[in-house]
Amino acid sequence: MSDNIRFVQGNEACVEGALYAGLEFFAGYPITPSTEIAEQLSSRLPKIGGKFIQMEDEIASMCAIVGASLTGRKVMTATSGPGFSLKQEALGYAIMAEIPCVIVNVQRGGPSTGIPTHVHQGDVNQARWGTHGDHAIIVFTASNHQDVFAMTVEAFNIAETYRTPVVLLFDEVVGHMRERLVLPQPGEIPIVERLRTSVPQGVNYHPYLPREDGRLPMSDFGAFHRYNVTGLFHDMWGFPSDDHEVVHDLLRHLMDKIENRTNQLAKFKEFYTEDAEVLLISYGSTARSARDLVEQRRRRGESFGLLELLTLWPFPNDLVRKKAANAKYVVVAEMNTGQVCQSVRLAVDQPERVFLANRIDGEFISPDDIHKTVRLIRGKGV
Amino acid sequence: MAVKDYIRERFFPHIWCPGCGHGIVLNGLIRAVEKLGVQKNEIVMVSGIGCSARIAGYLDFHTMHTLHGRALGFATGIKLSRPELKVIVPMGDGDALAIGGNHFIHAARRNIDMTAIVMNNRIYGMTGGQYSPLSGYGILASTAPYTSVDQSFDIVQLAAAAGATFVARTTAYHIQQMIELLQEAILHKGFSVVEVMSQCPTYFGRRNREGDAVAMLKHMQKITTPIGSKAKAEHPELIERGVFVRKELPEYCEAYDTIIRRAKEGK
Repeated sequence: MSDNIRFVQGNEACVEGALYAGLEFFAGYPITPSTEIAEQLSSRLPKIGGKFIQMEDEIASMCAIVGASLTGRKVMTATSGPGFSLKQEALGYAIMAEIPCVIVNVQRGGPSTGIPTHVHQGDVNQARWGTHGDHAIIVFTASNHQDVFAMTVEAFNIAETYRTPVVLLFDEVVGHMRERLVLPQPGEIPIVERLRTSVPQGVNYHPYLPREDGRLPMSDFGAFHRYNVTGLFHDMWGFPSDDHEVVHDLLRHLMDKIENRTNQLAKFKEFYTEDAEVLLISYGSTARSARDLVEQRRRRGESFGLLELLTLWPFPNDLVRKKAANAKYVVVAEMNTGQVCQSVRLAVDQPERVFLANRIDGEFISPDDIHKTVRLIRGKGV
Repeated sequence: MAVKDYIRERFFPHIWCPGCGHGIVLNGLIRAVEKLGVQKNEIVMVSGIGCSARIAGYLDFHTMHTLHGRALGFATGIKLSRPELKVIVPMGDGDALAIGGNHFIHAARRNIDMTAIVMNNRIYGMTGGQYSPLSGYGILASTAPYTSVDQSFDIVQLAAAAGATFVARTTAYHIQQMIELLQEAILHKGFSVVEVMSQCPTYFGRRNREGDAVAMLKHMQKITTPIGSKAKAEHPELIERGVFVRKELPEYCEAYDTIIRRAKEGK
């Protein structure tokens, strides 16, 4: 067997992806079902001269990675439901101060302590709106280990490109399930390094003056440009400002740099969508069952298709509208009470054709579970 | 280098009230850094939220104004990533010990090399004078209109118990001692804590009838004494100033470097 083939958990695939992308610093706190990410990195990072720290809590873990990123490191933290709630304030800080970082949330059931060892996908909207204030954010997901790896690399690339936090929203089934992972060779997937300023020493560097393309070249803390970083609205120097124009322009910039790139950021997979009469839309581990159902029904000559979303936010409205245009039924399969379903209804031209096939009891949703809903919708009985 | 070379004049005037003790801390800190001859590029200052936190932006170092209570979390990430940088963390009493109390004790326990300055004015000034965990029993505040029934922390005892390897206390009145203590704290290899008792004439002083800034400064002179002084023996209620803890323990970033060496060697 080739030495680049592994049989691993999804959490380990995430670790491999992060290291491939150039992860140098991880701070975390133990929490089920994401702990394996911290455990693996505590062993792997020091081997390459990187740093791992187990902080006193989830909040401090998020703060530590933001601090580390500012010194020029590629950083990540990993958590699950309650920990993701605790990280939200510092996540908002990273948005406001435009500091690249990757936050993994291996979803479990909630609210509160919920059902730690079982699967749910209830944090989709929290990932979008968890931190306070108006903002934009990028959230990726994946249903299998090869994609967990690829989307983790993509998360780092996008975080570094746009100076923003990127959330990886996995779930307990993907995180804990074991399957094959083929490790790409170095160079096989492009790796993005953050844009660093070319302003020479002694010349004024404006850390928060965007270029025409909206990107801001960074200067590492400790290098020769000294500047201020704050979570307050700030001017091009990074100094606090309550000037209405400064506030307006900064918020606009923070929104536009992400929302204006919605179509570029929209990662997805599709199976038999061209002629699908029943179009399933799904993501994460649920997409595995959805795909299985599509294959089953195709074998019986029924025109089922699947649109698997890898980008959940910014929500790929155009993509979903186009793919759903010719379907008779659009069925959103997810393990919550309809968080992506809600977004799909807002995106499509005929929301009355959008239905939810879900499971919210902590048991993994099966192809049969989804099919039962489809039969009901089509008036065929269960 | 002149004192003004350490200041970002562009961002002045500062936001502090007339008579606030925080400006004296700013002054003392600059003089300590100047005497040490540390380069500005080598210093990272990480602050939280509150009146005290604004000290960072006014100084020409690498400065990060973060979240309420969380400065030490951000600072830990910076220090562990770049151990060659000197990290200074100015905090208020509420910032460091109420909302940030957990981070404070754990940073002390880790003995990570940074200097925490707790500017203790016993009040939340930025929000208009609410009682803090350092206000103490019987204090009037906007959220304690009938006086506070909360007991206060002793910052020095807390820091020492949590494992800080350098712990000192001074006041805004004792500027020379402040400069010396800050120098020693910055040089100390490990987690150092300097409590600076500071005056808030606007909220604490006015409400508790302690007079103006000068009266409050004089009061701090009166209620404090050097560690182990004769006065302390005669008047045990006096608050001691000076260095309480000065010890050596493995520093966190250096200890982690040994982990890296072992990991690379496969041991």
